[in-house]
Amino acid sequence: MTPLRIVFVLLVGSACAFSLGCGGSSSPKINTIAPVGQNVAPITVNSGPTGNYANGAFTSVTLCVPGTSTCQTIDGVLVDTGSFGLRILSSALTVALPQQNAPSGNPVVECFPFVASYTWGPVKTADIEIAGEKASSLPVQVLSDTDFTVPSGCTSSGVPSADTLQTLGANGILGIGLLAQDCGGACEQTGGANPGLYYECPSTGCVVTGEALAQQVTNPVALFSTDNNGVIVELPAVTGGEASVSGSLVFGIGTESNNGLGSAAVYTPDANGFLTVTYSGTSYNQSFIDSGSNGIFFLDSASTGLPNCTMAVGFYCPASPKNFSATNQGNNGTSGPVAFSVANAETLFANPADFAFAGLAGPNPNSFDWGLPFFFGRNVIVAIDGKSTPSIPGPYWAY
Amino acid sequence: MGKRQAESIGSRVVARAAVVVILTATLPAWAALGGDVASVQADQLHMQGSRQIRAAATYTVHEIQAATGTVVREYASNEGKIFAVAWRGPWPPDMRQLLGTYFEPYAQAAKAQSGNHMGRRPLLIELPGLTVQLSGYSRSLAGRAYVPEMLPSGVRAEDIR
Repeated sequence: MTPLRIVFVLLVGSACAFSLGCGGSSSPKINTIAPVGQNVAPITVNSGPTGNYANGAFTSVTLCVPGTSTCQTIDGVLVDTGSFGLRILSSALTVALPQQNAPSGNPVVECFPFVASYTWGPVKTADIEIAGEKASSLPVQVLSDTDFTVPSGCTSSGVPSADTLQTLGANGILGIGLLAQDCGGACEQTGGANPGLYYECPSTGCVVTGEALAQQVTNPVALFSTDNNGVIVELPAVTGGEASVSGSLVFGIGTESNNGLGSAAVYTPDANGFLTVTYSGTSYNQSFIDSGSNGIFFLDSASTGLPNCTMAVGFYCPASPKNFSATNQGNNGTSGPVAFSVANAETLFANPADFAFAGLAGPNPNSFDWGLPFFFGRNVIVAIDGKSTPSIPGPYWAY
Repeated sequence: MGKRQAESIGSRVVARAAVVVILTATLPAWAALGGDVASVQADQLHMQGSRQIRAAATYTVHEIQAATGTVVREYASNEGKIFAVAWRGPWPPDMRQLLGTYFEPYAQAAKAQSGNHMGRRPLLIELPGLTVQLSGYSRSLAGRAYVPEMLPSGVRAEDIR
């Protein structure tokens, strides 16, 4: 190493120790966050309703008995661009929403497969309000392990249920991702082509049933009367760990003065819903952007050089923060670099006041899961499948 | 990759059913992982899928396209044992069927995943003799499970996908 390079490394190293913009080669991130308004709901990244959630972005949702002014506003609802539809804990719900029934008259109950958990509970109907946006007669899932007996088909994934505050970590999940329905055409089928999400439940027990698209649990944004083609998640940059961070959830893309695409680059998912991320010469085609993941989860210790934590299982624990750069590529050919930094999760968690962490990351072999830290300091646009936008129709991510 | 053959379940369902009855009468379970390669047929029937078989130097991949759209790959050693399974698609496979005797330890470990902080993330399970990795988001899932001690020599975990 030449003396000149040594000086350069020292300069970069010392800049990283004090600068806000230390995230690799990028300049400090500055993003504009829309003020709360008719199409803008506030988001807070804080400890959430359990008081111990790391990197959860929460908002509130008002649910009404359809066609009435009998309403309830529920806060602590997780903003999740990685799922579709509104799910609310039965234990958090005080208004009596009507049960959705199958043509047979039996109640419809859903088993929804998340990656590391499932949710179980009846499908009910609500009028929804978020900021000034409304969706009428929206099918929502009301989470409860006890209203109906969980069928064995729902437990065959082996993962636990997340139907209580302590297991979900939120009062509900607001799924506002790329698609409108949480299942789609597959759940309209009968027989082996039906993945078994929707059940009808006579008193003799629950059996899988076909569920029409319009009856399925649906991304509420897709049913808004305006600003219904997608969302923009806007969160400020985070330095190290912070107790609480405030941002905005903007509805609509190019439909108002505050939700243009601007200079954002559009990345489309492939047929499986994934992005391709290239890191160190290898491409990983099972990658995605998901505000509902609470860190950046990528590759493994061997390919990153990052040691796994011993206490904070599922996270990385480098001795000092380490900078990375990877390249995102959409199915449409758009590509661009992403710089990020990985901190020691146990060090981050050691401050009991902090719940928003820019450097929280962990292993996820063969894939990049761009979770909430990806959203800090970057406005991320999520366009819904089939909806027209100022660019191509959805589905796409743009930032 | 060497030979490639495709089988449609529709045209052979009667013959296949007869074979499976014989097999299931002699196998302790319909387990794929850790079990005999013949158990793949039970999985294929369970998933109402079609199957392709690809041979590599030290193993054979049985790829089942399930009727639900999820693709499951089962990796069989040249000795005829399933040492790994991988899947990708909109819905998780029936893990009870796919993991067989490995299902209970996996499910127990999945329930035990917790820490001082709440949060949602991919699921990684590393037990003695079993690795399970689940990733993705709603309607776009991917995962794999393997028995490290059973990997044929020269096969790396990265090859299972």
